[in-house]
Amino acid sequence: MIELHQVSRRFEVGGQVVHALREVDLVVARGDYVSLMGPSGSGKSTLLNVLGLLDRPSSGRYLFDGEDVTALDDDQQALVRRVRIGFVFQSFQLVPRLTTEQNVALPLVLAEVPLAERRERTAAQLQAFGLADRGHHLPDQLSGGQRQRAAIARATITRPDLLLADEPTGNLDKHTGDDVVQALEKLHDDGLTLIVVTHDQALGARAVRRLRMDDGRLEEGAA
Amino acid sequence: MRFGDKLGFCARSLLSQRTRTLLIVLAMAIATAGVTMLTWLGDSARRYVTGQFSALGTNLVIVLPGRSETTGGAPPLLGETSRDLTLDDAEALLRSPAVRRVSPVVVGNALASVDGLSRETTVLGANADLLAVRHLELAMGRFLPSGAEAAAPVCVLGATVRDQLFPDRVPLGEFLRLGDRRYRVIGVLATGGTSLGTDLDEVVLLPAVAAQALFDSPGVFRILIEAVDRDAVPRVVSDVEQTIAARHEGERDVTVITQDALSSTFDGILGALTMAVGGIAAISLIVAGILIMNVMVVAVTQRRAEVGLLKALGADAATIRAVFLGEALLLSALGCGAGLLCGQGASHLVHRFVPVLEPGVPAWSMGAAAVVAVGCGLLFGTAPARRAARLDPVEALSRR
Ligand SMILES: Nc1ncnc2c1ncn2[C@@H]1O[C@H](COP(=O)(O)OP(=O)(O)O)[C@@H](O)[C@H]1O
Ligand SMILES: [Mg+2]
Repeated sequence: MIELHQVSRRFEVGGQVVHALREVDLVVARGDYVSLMGPSGSGKSTLLNVLGLLDRPSSGRYLFDGEDVTALDDDQQALVRRVRIGFVFQSFQLVPRLTTEQNVALPLVLAEVPLAERRERTAAQLQAFGLADRGHHLPDQLSGGQRQRAAIARATITRPDLLLADEPTGNLDKHTGDDVVQALEKLHDDGLTLIVVTHDQALGARAVRRLRMDDGRLEEGAA
Repeated sequence: MRFGDKLGFCARSLLSQRTRTLLIVLAMAIATAGVTMLTWLGDSARRYVTGQFSALGTNLVIVLPGRSETTGGAPPLLGETSRDLTLDDAEALLRSPAVRRVSPVVVGNALASVDGLSRETTVLGANADLLAVRHLELAMGRFLPSGAEAAAPVCVLGATVRDQLFPDRVPLGEFLRLGDRRYRVIGVLATGGTSLGTDLDEVVLLPAVAAQALFDSPGVFRILIEAVDRDAVPRVVSDVEQTIAARHEGERDVTVITQDALSSTFDGILGALTMAVGGIAAISLIVAGILIMNVMVVAVTQRRAEVGLLKALGADAATIRAVFLGEALLLSALGCGAGLLCGQGASHLVHRFVPVLEPGVPAWSMGAAAVVAVGCGLLFGTAPARRAARLDPVEALSRR
């Protein structure tokens, strides 16, 4: 489903060029469960942002389902994100003034799904992530684990093909982190393609396929 | 994103920052109320003044002694007197077929007294036609006589004069003393009449000849002419000028004023004044617009992460722009709406204390204020909204 050919991403900082990605080649099949590990600053987030069309490579080609998405303009890329890609962030990124329900429904609002269907799907999603009684709470009234579950519920409510998670357990303790991992793995079991960036060896080891990044280079990692 | 969802999104954002929202709405409301109140005041004054002039009657032509030297512009209210107008001049004007009625007016002051009561009063000398020319009404008795009796020593009282000099009795047939002469009261005017700014409640009316005798002066202060109809007014003007010139040895030493000319001059002056005052007040709308821009710029900075998230969730640039611009527009529309209501309310309140000012802000003023207010929201909301839409999602999401 994903093909990267010689993808590089360079940043210029104060006249100096930082190579965040160096000629990365990667193929990810539909339904894969991939973990991405590596030291801080090695380019993991940059790779995820490129895969999620939030960032454009400096060079190289990115084929998403056979289509060259680097050639798309910003609004076309937005459409791909809206229907096919979900994001989960370390810092949850819930909109603080919106209730859990409204946060989870946000992608359906952007996709202009009719109200009745929106309600139904949001309720089902809250139920599935154990948040049924939290729908009217604001994010700061939720625990960390609940917040991240709400964020995952939001990321998957449009039934995307690909879910990208950047250190989803990074702000959580071990126990709630495990909750979140189980939620993610259940989605993978249902057929979702999952790419998870993590620092947690145990979590990384659970993935079917393990990748390592080091100084912008990608290597297939052993267990 | 659907329209209703955008509205809800913007409204929730405004509600989450109540104090900020309230202050901006207040600023916009004050500015809008200011513009509508000032234009309403100006417009009411204009309507009042032009109303006073049309109360003169559209067929009215006024002749003043003295030629104004100014060409064009406002008709002079103070002319230099070169030669007096006389009652004979007035009589002569009746010969024009365009003229229906003529009433010369003589003015002076005298001490009016009855038994022990007395007061200083304005005395107007006129003829029987004044009643029709000025659309006056009588409370009792008759108006000034015409024909052979036109010089009789009789008088008609204004309502206030009657109340003060003849309290609790019917004055008809009684005698009123003006200076050292006595006049029999034959009528009393109904209250509320005015003539050219004079409050007729406060006057005593005499036959013109009697008034000239009282003041020992042959001059006439004004000649009021009623044209046969509105279209005859220009004809009256030229006939008056010719007749007077013929009678004054070729000198056209009078000024002829028509109600139309007076009224449109004042209409123009007061209209321009209203626009100027409204325009100055509109500056406050622009200031409120700049306030909106300021809060929106701050909002975009504070909500960078939210913008990044919306982009990650697949919002396109237009949606982000609409969400932020919508918030600015909602702020200005709420403020404008509140301001229009306040302006309307205030006009009714002012009307209670100053009844001559008709309540109700004119629609054009409300429309213009709304267009300027919402236009300001649009103008000053666009830049922050575009800035939000141009944010790089990765940078916006990172806490760097
Ligand atoms: N917007 C940016 N501007 C400049 N340098 C950046 C930017 N984003 C990332 N980098 C640099 O690219 C490298 C990789 O960053 P990142 O992908 O965030 O690493 P990781 O997620 O593995 O910690 C780092 O050296 C970082 O400093
Ligand atoms: Mg990172």
